[in-house]
Amino acid sequence: MTFSNSAELLSFHWVAYSIYSALIISVIAWFGYNLTRKEKTKSVVRIPFYTYIGFLVAMGVGHHIFTYNTIPWVSQDITRDDITPDATYKFEVEKHKWIDMPEKVTVECGQTIEFDVRSRDLVYGFGLFRQDGSMVMQMQVNPGTDVNGILDPNDILWTFNHNGLFDVMSTEYSGPKAYDEDGHSVMLVKKWLEVVGCKEEGGKK
Amino acid sequence: MSFKENLINGTDFDHKSLNALQKVTLRAVVVSFLFYGLVAMEGMIMRMVQAHAPIPDQFYHPEHYFSIMTVHPIIGIFGSTYQLVFAAFAFLVPFLTKKPLYSIKLANWTWGLITGGTALAWIAAFFWSYAPLYTLYWPLPADTTQFSAIGGIVFIVGVALIMLGTFGFIYNIYATIFQRVGVHKDKTTKELLISGFGIDGMLNLWHKLTGKPPYSKEPALALPVVAIFRGTVDTFLDAIVILSAGVLVLVYLIFDASGSPLDVASIDALLYKNYFWWGLDLVADGLVLIYVAGSWYLLATLITGQKLFMENVARAALMLELLVSWMVWSHHLLADQGQPEMMKLISGEMVTAFELLTQGLALFITLVTLWKARPLKMTMELKYLLGGLVGFGLAVPAAIIQADMGMNRVLHNTQWIIGAHVHIALIVGLYMTLYSAVYVLWPIVTNNTKLYSSKLSNAHFWLHLLGGIGMGAFMGMAGLDGMLRRHLYVDGEFNTFMVLAAISGSMLLLAWVLFLANIILSVGVKGLVGIFLPSVDKTASYGIEPETVAENHKV
Repeated sequence: MTFSNSAELLSFHWVAYSIYSALIISVIAWFGYNLTRKEKTKSVVRIPFYTYIGFLVAMGVGHHIFTYNTIPWVSQDITRDDITPDATYKFEVEKHKWIDMPEKVTVECGQTIEFDVRSRDLVYGFGLFRQDGSMVMQMQVNPGTDVNGILDPNDILWTFNHNGLFDVMSTEYSGPKAYDEDGHSVMLVKKWLEVVGCKEEGGKK
Repeated sequence: MSFKENLINGTDFDHKSLNALQKVTLRAVVVSFLFYGLVAMEGMIMRMVQAHAPIPDQFYHPEHYFSIMTVHPIIGIFGSTYQLVFAAFAFLVPFLTKKPLYSIKLANWTWGLITGGTALAWIAAFFWSYAPLYTLYWPLPADTTQFSAIGGIVFIVGVALIMLGTFGFIYNIYATIFQRVGVHKDKTTKELLISGFGIDGMLNLWHKLTGKPPYSKEPALALPVVAIFRGTVDTFLDAIVILSAGVLVLVYLIFDASGSPLDVASIDALLYKNYFWWGLDLVADGLVLIYVAGSWYLLATLITGQKLFMENVARAALMLELLVSWMVWSHHLLADQGQPEMMKLISGEMVTAFELLTQGLALFITLVTLWKARPLKMTMELKYLLGGLVGFGLAVPAAIIQADMGMNRVLHNTQWIIGAHVHIALIVGLYMTLYSAVYVLWPIVTNNTKLYSSKLSNAHFWLHLLGGIGMGAFMGMAGLDGMLRRHLYVDGEFNTFMVLAAISGSMLLLAWVLFLANIILSVGVKGLVGIFLPSVDKTASYGIEPETVAENHKV
């Protein structure tokens, strides 16, 4: 089982967490009901204490093992210094404006792209969004320089497996000047990145 | 009795019969719930904007909108939650240790400073539109091209006053615990420290495993006091961090206002973020979780009148939480690419996962303690306690899910974080636990004043529970659809979820109105004013035995 993009992952997460929520609410409600009954209810299952503790540890740690093995961008992110991207887009941001950002980017299906965004003043974010508003990915863009005065990198590698047109927007609040008088973001770039050449269900043709 | 008479005189409340400890407790509680109302109204204003409601244009203006977003958590966390928690604990520590509070004067200063500080922060946002948000990401709070330096100075002075009030509470609590009077007359500082940190529980467990007699059959401090003792360590560290960050911002703003601005680039933004989140996270993962665990244990024992199940394990878990809460801040920096991967992995993921263990343990111990005492009457305090358990049962796993390098890439800064995790944890988990404490303490703090209406209490409970879960859930769903948490949406982009969240938010607001009405009709306007008048009885303790509370729950 592997999630090929964030849409698949978030759909899975929506279902899994909804089931869990219904379950925990039901358990506490059942518990509350039985607390007040005069006839003592027999336990449905007896959960030994150490089994419960073991379960919590397994869920806490197992969750990360599961995501590491099913979400491809985790290992890619950890080892990104050793991966040669198919293309790199490096640009900066200052006073709520993207600087030297390509007007539009076209990516072939399956390509791994490096985005390196550097801030000259505030903390911003860099996020890609689908046309329905859902998020593809994002990272924080922190300001700062090294000892030579070169801006610190904020880099991320991303492999695109589905066709689409994506908007760019800052995902971090950087003050009210990031918006015009009407409240629209001045950092939103519509249809900035296009992925082409994928099959309808995703993956290379 | 007529409605009007109730409104003026209450049921049978007599503020003159209250001693100094009861009065100072009630003062903070009253102010806390007034701030709660303000924070609920602010939340509704922001929700109306997000739901594209026909409200005045000024609310859609970014400066106005983000000013509200900046003070919303300041008023909610400090003005309301801190006040309520501090008031409850400043009452409970003397009550449980059978010793007087160290200083009533200091307790009065505590709520006064927090109230004044919160009001100043609100004024800074209202009059000067100072809006760097509670995260204060460097160098935004010192960015005078966007904000007025005077507004920033007023805001930081407000936050500093809140922290000074917090230090006052901390001093009062520890001074009370370490007072060598009453049952602690012959205890040494070492014995109290060992008990306060839960070390005696750990040693008892070790002795049991190695077949030795218990290290301590009667620990020096009751378990809820241990939780207060332990949580207050995090409250102290958190106050130090927030205060020092405030001083840094203040220095920059003063230099800017004097015409000689300092270079903001001399502070490393990522290092600052690490420092600030380390402190801020102590509020959430240290202070809240530990205080809540302690409150659950206290409520479970008071409601059942029985000893806590696995008390030594609970004591040891509080010690474990000491280590966990100091090492988990990196889960806030999983989307920061400059953050070392090992810190993300160890602090952000693995140590954070232990919170599932510590909070799961607290939930288990509380449930089993209640279960062993059944049948119980479904009183308001029991209902709210169960509501609080549901809240954390939902919010803690949500936190563990997002504290993951894979999930965080698509959840960070979305409405999922602030809705499914933060608002459920605070509104459902924390507040329902606090309401349970309010109902348990009500007869003790008000000298058995009759509550005006149990129907209003029930309506409050259901509206708060359903409204809280509903709002968090719909915000969370919007987050999964890509809605950001610190962003202004003026075109109704996520309208369906925001309208549903607004309906749920209205239920919360209505719940608060009903609760407030119930309280005012119980104590009366005269009584409410009387709470703030000096007390005749200067006693700083309360002598009702905790066991008497359990009598009310026996079927």
